[in-house]
Amino acid sequence: EKTKSNFFGKLTKAVAGKSTVDEEVLDELENILITSDVGLDTTVKIIERIEERVARDKYINTSELNEILRDEIVRLLAENNTEDLEEYSLPSTETPTIILVVGVNGVGKTTTIGKLAWQYKQQGKKVVVGAGDTFRAAAVDQLKIWSERVGCDFYSKGMYTDPAAVAYETVNYAIENGHDVAIIDTAGRLHTKINLMKELGKIKRSISKKMPTAPHEVLLVLDATTGQNAIEQAKHFTNATDVTALALTKLDGTAKGGVVLGISDIFKIPIKYIGVGEGIEQLQIFNKRAFVESLFAEKVQ
Amino acid sequence: MFESLSDRLEGAFKTLKGESKLTEINIAQSVKEIRRALVAADVNYKIAKEFTDKVKDKALGQENVLKAVRPGELMVKIVMDELVELMGGQAAGINLNGSPTVILIAGLQGSGKTTFSGKLSLFLKEKRKKKPLLVACDVYRPAAINQINVLGEQVGVPVYTEPENKNPVEIALKAIAHAQETNRDVVIVDTAGRLSIDEAMMKEIANIKEAIQPNETLFVVDSMTGQDAVNTAKAFNDVINYDGVVLTKLDGDTRGGAALSVKYTVGKPIKFVSTGEQMDTLDVFYPDRMAQRILGMGDIVSFVEKA
Ligand SMILES: Nc1nc2c(ncn2[C@@H]2O[C@H](COP(=O)(O)OP(=O)(O)OP(=O)(O)O)[C@@H](O)[C@H]2O)c(=O)[nH]1
Ligand SMILES: Nc1nc2c(ncn2[C@@H]2O[C@H](COP(=O)(O)OP(=O)(O)OP(=O)(O)O)[C@@H](O)[C@H]2O)c(=O)[nH]1
Ligand SMILES: [Mg+2]
Ligand SMILES: [Mg+2]
Repeated sequence: EKTKSNFFGKLTKAVAGKSTVDEEVLDELENILITSDVGLDTTVKIIERIEERVARDKYINTSELNEILRDEIVRLLAENNTEDLEEYSLPSTETPTIILVVGVNGVGKTTTIGKLAWQYKQQGKKVVVGAGDTFRAAAVDQLKIWSERVGCDFYSKGMYTDPAAVAYETVNYAIENGHDVAIIDTAGRLHTKINLMKELGKIKRSISKKMPTAPHEVLLVLDATTGQNAIEQAKHFTNATDVTALALTKLDGTAKGGVVLGISDIFKIPIKYIGVGEGIEQLQIFNKRAFVESLFAEKVQ
Repeated sequence: MFESLSDRLEGAFKTLKGESKLTEINIAQSVKEIRRALVAADVNYKIAKEFTDKVKDKALGQENVLKAVRPGELMVKIVMDELVELMGGQAAGINLNGSPTVILIAGLQGSGKTTFSGKLSLFLKEKRKKKPLLVACDVYRPAAINQINVLGEQVGVPVYTEPENKNPVEIALKAIAHAQETNRDVVIVDTAGRLSIDEAMMKEIANIKEAIQPNETLFVVDSMTGQDAVNTAKAFNDVINYDGVVLTKLDGDTRGGAALSVKYTVGKPIKFVSTGEQMDTLDVFYPDRMAQRILGMGDIVSFVEKA
């Protein structure tokens, strides 16, 4: 197997002196996109856009094709509201800003909350995290340890309590104590479990009951190792809670997380953060260009 | 999906029906459809290619494909049979030799190792009348020890922990000694999640394995995994040469192509499937069910009878 790293080299060679992109290059491109979990539909879309662009621009010179390819993918993301943030700004100017974090089991919700709380803390914000996962074994303890690492406040009613009540009271607690931001954890749940998805709706509604403009952000956490099922996840979580932003975790591994291209295209939800490790500092603001580069870069095993 | 795959295949045949000299093109088209279906189910791209090439040879060998009343369905059957064979092999039980039996659990972060460890201990206790001991060797994840303690309590299995000890090799060895002293006959060692490219962590799991010489090493993989499944499965296998695979979170709607990718890449049997968060949601692996799932088919029985 040829490595992906020299794809652009090959691309340049294969199109030298031609006015169309030949099959071989497109096959190679397809290979790269599919093995990055971009999925068939989005891959076809990207390839069509490149063919169009090459035909239209009459293909000026070889090195430009590399740019065109990167451009088209970046544009796909930009069309879908993914604007690179400058910094960890709060999603609202209202205080407290309420962020609800959702996703399937084990994707990295609690860890992402810890990391995000730390970022806000670094900016001098007064932060509280709410232990809305009252179900998974030791979930409350896990979030509590994160809050201690961060040095932020922690609100919990203990295990096996009603998560909607925890959410409501976390908001209340943040209002009463003058927090700038409250980040509420939820139990992992597969999007196919109707009752659990209903529960999520209830959690969201109980937040709004306390603060009508909240939650200001519903952050769906996706695991970069997940394949096409992430599209179903996005669909069902969006239906249940009107997801407003995505976080993509575990990008420090060998998986590329390409499925988010299709997700942001279909659902027009911006990708905000990426997780690149288990450490408190290992959250980054999503950068379109860097993400596209990483799709084409080979990680050494 | 079964309908649509077999319909699409019928479509591919219909356009060229009657032109028997076009058999190869004909089959090539339907093979392409099958490949798309596999890739959409997260089967690794390269494996989907190799696999469908094999299917193509098989189909060409069977001259009746084109003559069949429903060539699309016959093609699907050929694919099914190949998938089942690939994922099947002889039913692989779990090795319970050794006194105590030592079972090592490994995998990526969040794949479901700790949950599975709890389930396996319950399974062995109830179905095999064993006396398991769970061991907390994840010294990194916040509240990892509490988590396995809670699960142990739920299933009524003791848990060996050393909250102050950050050396998983030591913890595992002491746990085995403790099992011998307290008459526990199976030791299930739960480890921290790790990435296959994290050299220090891969060295750690190799050291644990070397020290405890497990009778059974299981690799836990999330059934929602995409194209990366092959890289991870291979990298873990290179380091710990596991005996079997556990597929988790199959209670969702993932097509689970990762199962095929992993089996194809490392050739190790899939020994258990995990289908929920509750401790009693553990199942043995059925290759035919998995094949149907990957192809997005409903009821295979009625289909096979038809074909
Ligand atoms: N390598 C890596 N590991 C991560 C990352 N984010 C989270 N993890 C790990 O993934 C595992 C699961 O993370 P959690 O934060 O517990 O996930 P969760 O979504 O809250 O899980 P549930 O609440 O059980 O559904 C832990 O071992 C984390 O340390 C990341 O960006 N990179
Ligand atoms: N729906 C469902 N959830 C599961 C299954 N197996 C595990 N989970 C959930 O997935 C999440 C992660 O499971 P863990 O057992 O903590 O995973 P782990 O591999 O030990 O995670 P780390 O130790 O952080 O690497 C938890 O929310 C579990 O409840 C399953 O088969 N189905
Ligand atoms: Mg959590
Ligand atoms: Mg664990």
